[in-house]
Amino acid sequence: MTDTPLTRAEKRQAKRIRRFDNPWLNPKLIWGAGLLIAIVAMGLLGRVFWDPDLVFTGSAQLKLPPLGFENLRGQSGIMSNPLGTDGGGRDMLALIIIGAPNTLFVGLLASLIGMSIGIFLGFSAGFVGGRTDDVIRVLADVMITIPPLLILVVFQTAYGDVSLTMMALLIAGFVWQSPTRLIRAQVLSMKQSGYVQMAQLSGASTGHIMFREMLPNLVPYLFGSFIASVTTSIVTAVGLEVLGLGPQRIPTLGRTIYEAINAGALIQNLWWWWGIPTLLLGIIFIGLLLINLGLDEVSNPRLRRLS
Amino acid sequence: MGRIPRAYLINRLTTLVLTILIAATIIWIIPRLSPVDPAEIALGRMAAGAGSVANSEEILAQLRANMGIDQPLIVQYLKYISGALMFDFGLSTAAFPTPVSTLILNALPWTLGLMILSLIITFFIGNLLGALMVWDRSPKLVRVAIPAAMVFTSIPPILSGLLLMWVFAAKLQWFPLTGAYSIFVEPGWTWDFVTSVLHHGFLPALSIVIVTFGFWALGMRGLMITVQGEDYVKLAEAKGLRPRYILYRYMIRNAILPQITAFALKIGLLIAGQVLVERIFAYNGMGKLLYDAILNQDFPVIQGVSYVIILMTALSVFLVDLLYPFIDPRIRHEAA
Repeated sequence: MTDTPLTRAEKRQAKRIRRFDNPWLNPKLIWGAGLLIAIVAMGLLGRVFWDPDLVFTGSAQLKLPPLGFENLRGQSGIMSNPLGTDGGGRDMLALIIIGAPNTLFVGLLASLIGMSIGIFLGFSAGFVGGRTDDVIRVLADVMITIPPLLILVVFQTAYGDVSLTMMALLIAGFVWQSPTRLIRAQVLSMKQSGYVQMAQLSGASTGHIMFREMLPNLVPYLFGSFIASVTTSIVTAVGLEVLGLGPQRIPTLGRTIYEAINAGALIQNLWWWWGIPTLLLGIIFIGLLLINLGLDEVSNPRLRRLS
Repeated sequence: MGRIPRAYLINRLTTLVLTILIAATIIWIIPRLSPVDPAEIALGRMAAGAGSVANSEEILAQLRANMGIDQPLIVQYLKYISGALMFDFGLSTAAFPTPVSTLILNALPWTLGLMILSLIITFFIGNLLGALMVWDRSPKLVRVAIPAAMVFTSIPPILSGLLLMWVFAAKLQWFPLTGAYSIFVEPGWTWDFVTSVLHHGFLPALSIVIVTFGFWALGMRGLMITVQGEDYVKLAEAKGLRPRYILYRYMIRNAILPQITAFALKIGLLIAGQVLVERIFAYNGMGKLLYDAILNQDFPVIQGVSYVIILMTALSVFLVDLLYPFIDPRIRHEAA
């Protein structure tokens, strides 16, 4: 509490200490969340400031390049379609305004459901033990080796068009197993810890112990697991879309890529058609990766660099 | 070297059998629940080919009998399961009368070759880079460059595949755009054919490697941080062993072991990702087979491909689980 100005080194030291006081204020975490929020904001603001009807086929000229570029027919980009148009005359900007949040939505919904199942099953297995534990453990072990994409390919080929929500529900059936295993392991080790036994001895209810005593300690793991399953869900959803499955009438990033590949966009040098959705997917995945790296540092202080 | 306790072996075997059984059952049930009738699809294909079809009712009944879908469900199911165990999935409906197993056998070597090649490269590069990230003697450039390259880790291989295709195949034309070998080369063990295969396989393999090495690097980094502080490393340093020797023989050797389990768990996702890479590169593997089958609604092929891939995944997990104590003597199987 002195008034003497700090030297630069001392300031840096102070900053570092402050930063370590609150592990959640982690630059990676903030950047990652920022990228994802930017995608959502683009979806929300885009609907206000840009005409979402431009996603319909034939709403503009075909295969127009983005502003400042020229396509093989010698047309240059125009203001009304700043990111160009695809082979069906859909405006790329409108396409990503609608499509990118859709992709994120599938990922988030699928993992929210998957996580809820995982928390429920993980706690049941770890807490109840016995037969329940055996069944849940074997089921999770079995399901973890089955690649979701292949089962879903069978499903969606059989059923044809599905809605976004339906796709998210289907994917959710394949992202609960890792959280279940993780939570089960954590619950098993926590059950032996002093504070849980203390709570048990003082007569706390099972619900209280599970949700008030144990769950808060699991938060960093839960977040990490959640982000990992968002990534898996989006990868699976995009995979299905690139195979031409998934929702047929709603624009998604994966479906745009599928249409671009099928139309030979690579040979025709229509890079914006597949490139813009690819870039946005890249941003989503990098955002998720940064959040995950940040969360790792929150839950595992050894990873925090001192320099 | 620990011997495998019988209880553990039984436990793992049960999981393996259950995995295959459950997966096979799900794959079988789903198309049965759907309103789509494969006989009608086949009839539609005939009608599209011939212009019109007379006495369509009789043909439908005959098609149903041929496909075996006029029998009770339980009979169909038992037939399917016993067939699946013998890798017999019936005949492809699109490439009638080719057996599905023949189609898969033709595609499998391509998929396996691409997979094993890219897995080995990515495992080697990833673990080495992960170790260098932690090692305190690695050049500064390495420590800055690797985290930057990590950005790719989160991206599925289809995206990197598209980028590589565009840059190296469409723009620079260094590599062919699609296919597994040139159509001008006769398949066989000739020099031309082998170079053609390598030339065509380079981009698909690279697109898998650049997005997966980071997974290993990240895992290795975490493990190396733990190993770094161990007493035996300090002792080795105090003994004055060469740093490089310590890195390879003391640190990496100990840190790499848990990576092998991660390998087993990751393999399912890797195969699914590779299927998509094969689809965009039109590579002659399972991915292309699957994609063509989806286009033609060829359910026997879709079922067969999914089944074989799930089987491969389950088997590799099983093998890694069993072999692990031989690789890492510190691990003892607990009879769970």
